[in-house]
Amino acid sequence: MNSAMVRFVVRRLLSMLLVLFAVSVLVFLIFNVLPSGDPAVRMAGKIPTETQIEAIREEWGFDEPLYVQYLTMMKKLFSGDMISYFTQLSVTEEIWKGLPRTLSLAIGAALIWMAFAIALGVYSAVRAGAISDRLLTVLALIGISMPVFWLGALLAYYLGFKLGLFPNGGYVEFTVNPLEWLWHLVLPWFALSVLFIGFYSRVLRSDILETMSEDFVRTARAKGLSERRVLVKHVLRNSLIPVVTLWGLDFGAVIGGGAILTETVFGLQGVGEYAANAIEQQDVPAVMGVTLCGAFFIVVFNALVDIAYAALDPRIRLEGGTGR
Amino acid sequence: MSGNPLLEVSDLAVSFNTEEGLVQAVDDVDLQVGPGEVLAVVGESGSGKSVTAMTLMGLTRGPNTTIAGRASFEGVELVAASDEELRGIRGNRMSMIFQDPMSSLDPVYRVGEQIVEQIRAHRDVPKDEARRRAIELLDAVGIPDATTRADSYPHEFSGGMRQRVMIAMALSLEPSLLIADEPTTALDVTIQAQVVDLLRQLNQSRGLSIVLISHDIGLVAEVADRVAVMYAGRIVEQGSLDEIFYDPQHPYTWGLLGSLTRIDRPRPRRLLQIPGAPPSLLSPPQGCHFRPRCPHAFERCPQTPGLEARLPQAPRHLDRCWLESEAKQELQP
Repeated sequence: MNSAMVRFVVRRLLSMLLVLFAVSVLVFLIFNVLPSGDPAVRMAGKIPTETQIEAIREEWGFDEPLYVQYLTMMKKLFSGDMISYFTQLSVTEEIWKGLPRTLSLAIGAALIWMAFAIALGVYSAVRAGAISDRLLTVLALIGISMPVFWLGALLAYYLGFKLGLFPNGGYVEFTVNPLEWLWHLVLPWFALSVLFIGFYSRVLRSDILETMSEDFVRTARAKGLSERRVLVKHVLRNSLIPVVTLWGLDFGAVIGGGAILTETVFGLQGVGEYAANAIEQQDVPAVMGVTLCGAFFIVVFNALVDIAYAALDPRIRLEGGTGR
Repeated sequence: MSGNPLLEVSDLAVSFNTEEGLVQAVDDVDLQVGPGEVLAVVGESGSGKSVTAMTLMGLTRGPNTTIAGRASFEGVELVAASDEELRGIRGNRMSMIFQDPMSSLDPVYRVGEQIVEQIRAHRDVPKDEARRRAIELLDAVGIPDATTRADSYPHEFSGGMRQRVMIAMALSLEPSLLIADEPTTALDVTIQAQVVDLLRQLNQSRGLSIVLISHDIGLVAEVADRVAVMYAGRIVEQGSLDEIFYDPQHPYTWGLLGSLTRIDRPRPRRLLQIPGAPPSLLSPPQGCHFRPRCPHAFERCPQTPGLEARLPQAPRHLDRCWLESEAKQELQP
């Protein structure tokens, strides 16, 4: 790593902290300040008693000035005593419990969809115009158009329930039984990946075709490199840059609870399913926690994507400032 | 040039199957390049110069391309050679540099790595040895502080410096032939002169043969030994630099030279221009391709004239025109 790269990374991480702070303030304002009415009443749930509301108001300091309220919220968030008044459980702890499940889903699915997207995108681009390419175009379109809840339900019903090839939903901890863990995740991974495979392989195909007409690819051939090396080292390396950007952002979104449908269909009880339940019950502290968690991962992965981008494309590093 | 030519092209024809129809981009091209010789191929855009060069490198091969004729280089038949065989030759015995040095290098790799990659594609040498060689080459083409600069990325170089990098890369395996396709067109005038000087110096010090493709007659006059003039896919005239510049035989060459200001001639009031535009290669005119624009066309012209020596005193001065030599003498501007 040279000094330009180090400076870029430091700058990018600092700006990430700033954005995280801004996001937390925004969440605070949106949930506790902007809506009319008493925030304590909203948090307390559907049929609260006067004492409950009073206790919540006291706890969150809703009588205090705004900055004190914000600090109280952040303190509760980090100390883990932000409590859902429906379940009486700590929101922070519940999210922590859901994270390994969501991470398992996200990491596996992201690897699967990227691997398939690269393989299919490259194949399509090399065969551009041929029947196999056209067939893949149609398949990609079908994959993009299939709703996850429908595909997930079909997979769970036929492969899980009817044929019994896979467990019908649920989750087993990796530390308890790695094989069972894998077995329970195959269907969710696949269900979540299909959309991304279709989408990414299309993006990659057009990137590759564009790159192939670049002058430096002609140079690479003129150097006497093998066609395979030209394709992998020069064409693919340059075409992957935009796809990696998408990858980072989508991965961040899935970890932050974005795979609500997949998690719910397969009963994984990750962050996404927690979010779905919290919203359904209008459980304000839980929704707040999930929102902050989602925002955190999206912001972090945005920063990581920018850093990866700079590592992949040396032209970014010198430009200074904002990166992309 | 005496002895066996390094490169001998005969009857080379290249056509592309496009959606609009068959494009005969190169038709019946004959060329010879001797060891240490600089052959310039001149002509306007679309005359088939670049296609000829790329075909020699095997870069035009594809499902929609038909290539016919012969091209022998160092005893290898290039047209008939397998892809694998050609790959072993290009970048190794025969190299090519391109018009736009800004986009001809891969933006994501350091220039040193790109040279090392080429060396290791052809020779089984360790990385550090290839790197030493790359630095030597960068130094030889006039890149200051080559050891540090080898670790720079292409975007950190100016256009002229990038073309030097391209030249260093092209020379990395000591090829006997360098094909330079419009090597200075994208560069500033002062930088053009430097690149031309470099090419001339490489030709003289290493005996490197060069095929220089250009539409810049001034550049050609500076470095070429022999000149081939191309028009609409065919060579219309070929000869030594002096023969082409001082005794041109083909009306197209007259027009080409007439469109230049020359300090060895009285200044004309107005530069000549050739009326009309080059023909579409989808449906070229029958016979001589220049016929529709030629002020001297007559009844023989609908038949294609061969590329032949028509002057008894100059056996290697060839042209493709039916006019009698005496008539040409009179008509010559």
